[in-house]
Amino acid sequence: MTPADLAAQAADLAHQASILAQNAAGVAAVAAQHVPPAAPFIYLFSIFVLAVFVGYYVVWSVTPALHSPLMAVTNAISSVIIVGAMLATGLHGSIVAHVLGFLAVVLVSVNIFGGFAVTNRMLSMFKKK
Amino acid sequence: MNQSLTSFAYLIAAVLFILALRGLSHPTTSRRGNRFGIIGMTIAVAATFLHGGMDWGWVLIILLGIAIGGTIGLIVAQKIKMTALPQLVAAFHSLVGLAAVFVAASALTAPQSFGIGTPHHIHVESLIEMSIGLAVGAITFTGSLIAFAKLQALMKGTPITFSGQHRLNGGLGILVVLLIIAFVVSGGSPVLFSLIAVLALALGFLLIIPIGGADMPVVISMLNSYSGWAASGIGFTIGNLALIITGALVGSSGAILSYIMCKGMNRSIINVIAGGFGNTADAGAAAGGASGDKAVKHGSADDAAFIMKNASKVIIVPGYGMAVAQAQHALREMADMLKEEGVEVKYAIHPVAGRMPGHMNVLLAEASVPYDEVFELEQINNEFATADVVYVIGANDVTNPAAKTNAASPIYGMPILEVDKAKTVLFVKRSMASGYAGVENELFFKDNTMMLFGDAKKMTEEIVQALGH
Repeated sequence: MTPADLAAQAADLAHQASILAQNAAGVAAVAAQHVPPAAPFIYLFSIFVLAVFVGYYVVWSVTPALHSPLMAVTNAISSVIIVGAMLATGLHGSIVAHVLGFLAVVLVSVNIFGGFAVTNRMLSMFKKK
Repeated sequence: MNQSLTSFAYLIAAVLFILALRGLSHPTTSRRGNRFGIIGMTIAVAATFLHGGMDWGWVLIILLGIAIGGTIGLIVAQKIKMTALPQLVAAFHSLVGLAAVFVAASALTAPQSFGIGTPHHIHVESLIEMSIGLAVGAITFTGSLIAFAKLQALMKGTPITFSGQHRLNGGLGILVVLLIIAFVVSGGSPVLFSLIAVLALALGFLLIIPIGGADMPVVISMLNSYSGWAASGIGFTIGNLALIITGALVGSSGAILSYIMCKGMNRSIINVIAGGFGNTADAGAAAGGASGDKAVKHGSADDAAFIMKNASKVIIVPGYGMAVAQAQHALREMADMLKEEGVEVKYAIHPVAGRMPGHMNVLLAEASVPYDEVFELEQINNEFATADVVYVIGANDVTNPAAKTNAASPIYGMPILEVDKAKTVLFVKRSMASGYAGVENELFFKDNTMMLFGDAKKMTEEIVQALGH
């Protein structure tokens, strides 16, 4: 084996090593991109699934006589979507976000105040003998 | 306020919402529950303000928006008639749906506000969640508008059907799913976003038009559920605990109510959604022909007053007709007079009576009927045999014995109030027309049934007068 061959082989090996290193870097980059969002999702999803179960048991314990107030109050609390509408309006995102966010704030405020008020009105009518 | 403190505040809000629903297990704890809900909402809104990053100018604008919406909401809630409650709830659902669409669109154009990326570089998960929130929100919006129009009688309550309807809806549904995939792959194309919105809006409209007026309890419950899932979808998009938990609560609540309503009619949810129920005139016509020569006993308000005065136990069965005629106050007056005569009076409510779950209970409560005189089907069904008189006002199908005896009837298997077991049945009705299911009620022809023809309110008022003599 001449020193020239050896040098050629070494160069070849070095080249392969560099390709490998590049691949590894690529994989690592992909992994780095995916790992942080993946963890919060499964964390949020676990909470979601557990909340569905809580909802299931809590709602079955609601007396049928109060099913109308139940609908009105669930309507009011689902308007907690106002949180998203407020962030859209108040943070410097885009003109579209400001406008749509503001409209959403108005819409769900109707729901929040109307929903809780009408629930209260219904519930205050339920009286014992 | 730092991130974990804000998240903690949202968690507290969610717990308070759970307690708000928990309170509804009994009328005595329900109002406290409602207060918990209000506190929870206040905490969620306050935490969002305190989280920081907002200029004072924008804070004021948001407060202005809340003031505008809140004023409208309070006025509507004060003025609405209790009989119009179902359409009010439908209208409220549509607002949540539309708000979900708006927030999804905001998240697409301003992802940095929600910490889900930068414009054109939004996390894949967020794109999926955003488009699902968008689609469900859009379906909730138009679906609720149609439900509102049907309940408010702005459009006819009869099912609107055409050939190929289910294939069209199915096709549209698949198209929306494909567009969501394309939207995610494209990395958040605004054009595809708009297309999803338009198709989902059309789908919401098409899904509800074939469903008849009396199936509205199921539809409203279903839309209630959808509005919850839409809120959850947006909650995932912006990573907000309060929204995810609340959406899940509301979603499962609506789903359970739909299930209870379907069970009350012995129909599957698929059967209800497919629509067209009660549209088949043949069933009614066939039954009508067969019973054409049967005799019906009918009486006057004086007869009814006499019979009830001499009874020891009267059970009142109210239905949607009572709501339409606004007869609940006259009814309570009648019950009061009977109680003065020493008659025991109870009310029996079928799960699907009225146009939304629990509708009759609210109307009776409005007329100051004590809630401990009002009973659900399972609680009271075995008491009909010991009742002297049953006063059926504005209900029909839910009392039809054919549901137990006639396997060919469209309502066969539906749980009914067994009013035919009572000694006498007084049936207030405007005419001999059949009920929503399009079937004739064989109860009308029984020997122990007396028909009281007339408007529910007028007839009840006449009975009140006769009782006064």
